[in-house]
This record gives sequence, structure tokens and C-alpha cells, in this order.
Amino acid sequence: MRQGWKDLLTRNETLVAVVIVLFCIVAALSDPNFLTVTTLSDLLRASIVLGILAVGCMLVLISGGIDVSFTAVAVSAMYMTTKLSLTVWPEMPWPLIFAASIGFGALLGAINGVFIAFIGLPTLIVTLGTLSVFRGFLLTFVGSDRISALPPEMREFSRMVIARGTTEAGHFYSLPWSLAALVAVIGLTAFILHKTMLGRSIFALGGSVESARRLGIDVRRTQFFVYVYVGALAGLAGILHGSMGRMADPFSLVGLELSVIAAVVLGGARLIGGYGTITGTLLGVALIVLVQNSLIVIGIPSTWQSVTIGALILLGTGLPAYQAKRAAARAG
Amino acid sequence: MGAVAFAAAPLPPAAKTHSFMSAPNPTAFVEMTGVTKQYAGVTALDDVDFTVRPGEAVCLAGENGSGKSTLIKLLSGVEGTTAGTIQIGGQDMTGLSPRDATAAGVLVIFQDFSLFPNLTVAENIAFANELTEGRRFYSRRHARAVARKVLDRIGVDIPLGARLETLPVAHKQLVAICRALACEAKLIVMDEPTTALTGKEVAALLDIIRLLKEQGVAVIFVSHKLAEVLAVSERVVVLRNGKKVAEGPAEEFDTASLTRHMTGRDVAEAAPEAFTDAGETLLEVAGLQKDGSFHDISFSMKAGEVLGITGLLGSGRTSLAKALFGLVAPDTGRITLDGAEVPLGDPLAAAAARIGYVPEDRLTEGLFLTQSILRNVAVGRLHEHERSGFLDMRGLVGEASDWLTRLKVKTPSITAPVQSLSGGNQQRVALARWMARAPRLLILNGPSVGVDVGSKADIHEIIRDLGRQGLGVIVISDDLPELLATCHRILVMRGGAITDEIAGGSISEDALALKLAS
Repeated sequence: MRQGWKDLLTRNETLVAVVIVLFCIVAALSDPNFLTVTTLSDLLRASIVLGILAVGCMLVLISGGIDVSFTAVAVSAMYMTTKLSLTVWPEMPWPLIFAASIGFGALLGAINGVFIAFIGLPTLIVTLGTLSVFRGFLLTFVGSDRISALPPEMREFSRMVIARGTTEAGHFYSLPWSLAALVAVIGLTAFILHKTMLGRSIFALGGSVESARRLGIDVRRTQFFVYVYVGALAGLAGILHGSMGRMADPFSLVGLELSVIAAVVLGGARLIGGYGTITGTLLGVALIVLVQNSLIVIGIPSTWQSVTIGALILLGTGLPAYQAKRAAARAG
Repeated sequence: MGAVAFAAAPLPPAAKTHSFMSAPNPTAFVEMTGVTKQYAGVTALDDVDFTVRPGEAVCLAGENGSGKSTLIKLLSGVEGTTAGTIQIGGQDMTGLSPRDATAAGVLVIFQDFSLFPNLTVAENIAFANELTEGRRFYSRRHARAVARKVLDRIGVDIPLGARLETLPVAHKQLVAICRALACEAKLIVMDEPTTALTGKEVAALLDIIRLLKEQGVAVIFVSHKLAEVLAVSERVVVLRNGKKVAEGPAEEFDTASLTRHMTGRDVAEAAPEAFTDAGETLLEVAGLQKDGSFHDISFSMKAGEVLGITGLLGSGRTSLAKALFGLVAPDTGRITLDGAEVPLGDPLAAAAARIGYVPEDRLTEGLFLTQSILRNVAVGRLHEHERSGFLDMRGLVGEASDWLTRLKVKTPSITAPVQSLSGGNQQRVALARWMARAPRLLILNGPSVGVDVGSKADIHEIIRDLGRQGLGVIVISDDLPELLATCHRILVMRGGAITDEIAGGSISEDALALKLAS
């Protein structure tokens, strides 16, 4: 039991949760309007796209790889889907639009998967390459115009809300249905990771590829699945981003990948593979979103955003690493 | 499977006759007949017969390159045979795949155990079993039940929920054994099972092996450190250069005869010549203390003396060795070399005082594996060969190749990467680097860990020779024969303190083992 407590205290999740609570306390003290439904619903909205991307990114980190191309996949899938719908069938119902974007994403992810799983190239190199290629391809061959006249069904979707209203104090809030997408992604990923042999194989791969191979795990198929799945999630995140922003902007999203990786790493996933939890990832996303949206509330100028995020990463991943090193030194 | 068998044999009746021919061993679980394996024209295994009966433990001995790993690869289906047949459980399995081997109950525990550090004990044990059962979904409860059952079967208690990386090596090995048992293993092949274990842990392992044998599980030990496993083995098979050179009941073998068969020559280990302590005092250690590692360490040694420091894992021997070279900073104490005090906790100062340290795990700590042999030797000498800011390459190369010759490093080219050398030769390269700095005191931590018998004897001779040349040598080791073969004096550590001081040659191996453990 004591071991359990100690474990809990040294985990990244705990650290991130404590920082989030502290942040909220300071924010609430300096601005009484911070702790309202409005802030909460704003932050939730801002977490949807980042959260879906982060869950995918976490899966890659667990498998022992790294993916930096998912933002390019997301924006390509979103923009290609929008273009396709506008030229072929502008009245395309939104579930079909979503399916198309997820499909495009999975396809682009499969390209990563082929290079990584079947040709055996290093994941960072492949995804750095495809990040550039996907985006370049999109801007050169598909288009570089911002489209604000989206297919009507996409606009329709962005108006669908689970709840909206005004509190007695006059605070406006709304929860879009896209939040359900994040919840579904979390549920599906948690199921795959913890209830299927495929998910356990992903963890095993991150622990030791050589051991996995000797044990008879199909390493290539597992890796391929990971990159296709991440691609599909990126496709979903992309189309959600387009609908919620009511604009298909081929220049958006790319550049976000480091924030996403930062969120995942803050949440305790390790770059060496084998470790990562959904709870931790979501906490990491929450912290990044808080810093990006509400830093100003606690009196820190927003130009300090990246400094704050960087410091959090150094602290959040450096501290546990330092503790592990000291523990190892004591054991040796 | 049947199709494969027919394809391999010219006629079905021939295959039948063959199984009648093996009648002398009707109960054999594994029967390999005339197996030969060639890699690109090189014969790794040449017409070897090998059998294992249920519940039997067989020692498969041989030096590196003798073909023992190849034999295991053929048996576990990792590689296919060039000629010969393999029968498992009475069925012709020639041309089997790794999955076939697992399904037939043949499981290999590799030296690194092939476990997953990030997963729990329960999952590590159950994983292979769940894969072979073809499960698609994972249930933690099922995994725990499987793990609990095998742990109970060998009477061991390891917390099921613990992450594997937090376990000591001995427990990791037990987890690997349990994983094999969870797959209904009928034959467990253990590659170098005792290398990383202390004496006590080896004894515990052997008890478990005995238990498994009673339950009808056969075991093959693949090892070149055999003395420890001979006690539980029925039979010994020795390979040399791909051929079977000896086979017989385990009682007929001892360490000396095994070594003779493995190397093809007598490698009798002579104890070092008696040490005349007339020499000058070289090293003086007084009141060295490091909280949680060692305390009250005081001893002195003379030039030309080979001093052994031994103790079980965790006795503080490694920390002390590192402290002498400044890699661990002691809290208090003094180290004097040739009358001059050496600053504590400063490896550069220790090196400047001409103390050398060759680490235990030379593969990760000591050598740049992908760099050339020459560079590995020369790296410590760059400053000495500086000529007004430039490097005197000729002098550097000359000195390095001189030491490589004197230490008898066998290599076609000194520009070849270190990783292309055998274990013994790698150790010599690490030694050559230190010798090039002309040290006064050389600290060797586990000098022959993971080295085969022949090279080991050579390394011991090198150590004795270093002493003769007037160097002080400290050998840190838990390999007792090694200490007895090289040391003039042995210090025994327990719980961070020196508990015994023994003159070399005055004690038997068994008596020394007793002092370590008691």
C-alpha cells in the first residue's frame, strides 16, 4: 500500500494534476470570472482537436515510435474532403464527410506505416519526410485557398450542440457535439489498448521489439495498425477542426505537432516507448490548453506561452527522470 | 506438418524405417539425428546427434563458435537444417517453424530473457500463452490466473502486479521460466542461466529445476560456466568446432575435463607464484566510507601484488571499486598511491595518478563498439601524443599496435570495429587502452564476465603477468576460481565492510564460498 502511494506521488499524472489545480486557484483568485461554466466550455471546445491528436500521438509513443506528420495528415484529409464534397456532392451528409476524412487520414497514415513497418525505416525520419511531402502535395496539387463556403452539412454539424444556454449570472456556454467525438475516441482507444491483444502487443513492442518478435507477435502488422489508426484519428481531428472553425484552411494545424507531443510527454508517455496513459495524456492536453488560453488571466503575458510550456516540459519530464536516476544510483 | 515430413523424406516408408531405427531411444522427447548446418559454405554444425528425454537435464557445453547456439536455433525452428532430421515427441518435425516448436513444447529462455520491462509480472508470464491460444481480447483477470497457476507450480511468490523492470535479475529469470511453463513447456532451453546470478540465487534456481524435472519437464543448459549446473544434470554434451566431441553422464565430468573437451587443450589454471611482500607499499586506503554502500574500508597493497575483492551482489564491492577510481564519491576517508594522496570522487585525478579502471560491463561502459580497435586503444592517449596542438598519428598508432601485440589481441586488422572481436579479445582491447597509459594500479571489475573458458585462462595469465611486471592489480569478482587463480590475497566484503582477509592459495573454493555467503 505504501508502495502504491509512493508510486502515485512520483507519477507524471499527479504532478500535472497538481499544476492544473494550482493554476486554476491562482486564476480564480485573480479573476472571479475564471471559475465559470463559460470558461469550462471554452476550454473543452479548445481541447477537442488537440485531445484527439494527442491520443493518437500517445499510441505511437507507446509503440516505441514517434510521429510528427499527423498535423499534415489532419489538414490534408480535411481539405481534400472539403474539396471533394464541394466538387462532387455539395449536399453530402456530414457522417459521409467525416467518414471520407477519416478514410483519407487512414490512407496517408498507411503510407507512413508502409515505410516504417514494412521497409523498416526510423519513425522520426519517415514522419519528418511525410510531414513535408503531405503538406507540399496539398498546397501544390489540391489547393492553397482558404475555403469559407463549406458544404452546408459541415456548417450544420458545427451548429449542433449538446447543451447551450446562459447561466443566471449571465454567462453564456455551449457544448458542441464534436465533444462526443473526443469521448468516442477516448473510449475506443482505451478499449484497444487495454482489452485487446493488439493493444497489449503495442505496449509489448514499446517495451522491447526484439522480445516481441521472439514471442511471435506480428511486429509489422502491429506497427502498421498504429500508423493507420493515428492517421484515421488525424483525419477525424482535421474535419472537426474545419467544421468548428467554419473554414477549410490548408495552412492551419501544421505547427501544432510539437504542442501535441508536449502534452503527451507531460502526461507521462516516454519517448523510449512502452509507457503512456490516456488519463495522463488528457491531463497534459488540459494543461497545454489552459496555458494557451488562460495564461493572461493569471497575469502572465501571452508571449510567455512557449516559455511556460517549455518550462513545464523540463519540469514535468525532468523531475521523474531525475528521481529515476537517483533511484537507479541507489540500487547500484 | 505431415506434408513437410514427406517432402523431406524421399519415400514415406523410409521415414517409417527411420523411426524404427531410433528404437534405442523410444522415450526420447527430442531426437536430432545427423543434423548439419551450413552458412554460406561455412559448416557451423557437422553431423551431430542429440537427444533429450522427458524430465532430463542436459548440459550443452562449448566455447563461442562451437555450434551450441546453432543447435538451439535449429531445435527452436529459428533456422532450418541443411541435413539431418529432428523429431519432437516422436513426430518428424524437420523444417519446423518457431511457432511449431513452441506448440510442441520447446521453449528457449534467452540470456536477456526477452521480457517486457514495461509490463506487469502477470502479463509477462501470460503473454506468450495468450498468443498461442489465438486470443484476440485481453483479460487482466485471465492473465493473473494463468500467472498465479504457474507461480504456484514452482512454489515462488512474486507480486503479480509489479512492473517487470522493478524486479531483481533472479526474479526476471523466474518470470521467464514461468512464461515458458505457461506455454505448456516440455523442454526448456536456458541460455547461460547462471551468469547474472549470485551463489544463493543459483542454488534457488537449481531447486526449481529439480522440481520441474520431477514434473517431467526436460531442461537443456547452454553454458560455458558449467560447474554450477552439473549438479542437477544427467548428461553432458560437448561441442567443439561444430562437432560433438564428448557425451556422457554428468558424474563423469568435472570442470577440468569439461574445459579440456571444450578447448581441445589443457588449460590447467596455475595459482600465482607466491608473493614476496618485500616490495614497497603502493596503495593505502584508510577509513573509506560511503553512506549506504560501504564503511570502514582500510587496507594496503604492495607493488606487484594482485589483490582480490569479493562479495555477493550488494556487498559493496562494485561501489568500492568505483570509489577507488573516483567514479563514486566517498563521504570520508583517504586514498594514497605511492605516498601521494589521491583526491576522492574525481576520476580524472585518479587517472592522472595512474590508476586504471576496467569496468564490469565492457560492452556498454568501456568500449566504443562501432569504432576501430585502434581508436579504442588510442582514445586514452590523445593528450600524450599532442604535438603543438596537432596529433602525432604515427606515434599514437605505433604505441597502440605495440600494446595490442603484447596483449595478443587476435585480429586481422586493427582498423576493424571492436564489435567484430570475440568477448575475450574485446576485453584485451579494453586492457590495452589502460596499459598504454602505463598505470601503477589497475582495477579490473569482473575481468572475465561473459568470456569463454579458453579466453578466460588467457586473461588470467595476463593478470598474473601484470603483477609480475610490478603493477598493483585489484580484481573485483564473484567468480571464485578466478580469484584463486589470480590473487595473492583476497578481501571478502559483506554488508559494506571487509569481513575477511585470506591469503591466496591457503583456501579451497568451497571454503571461500562459505565465507561469502555466511
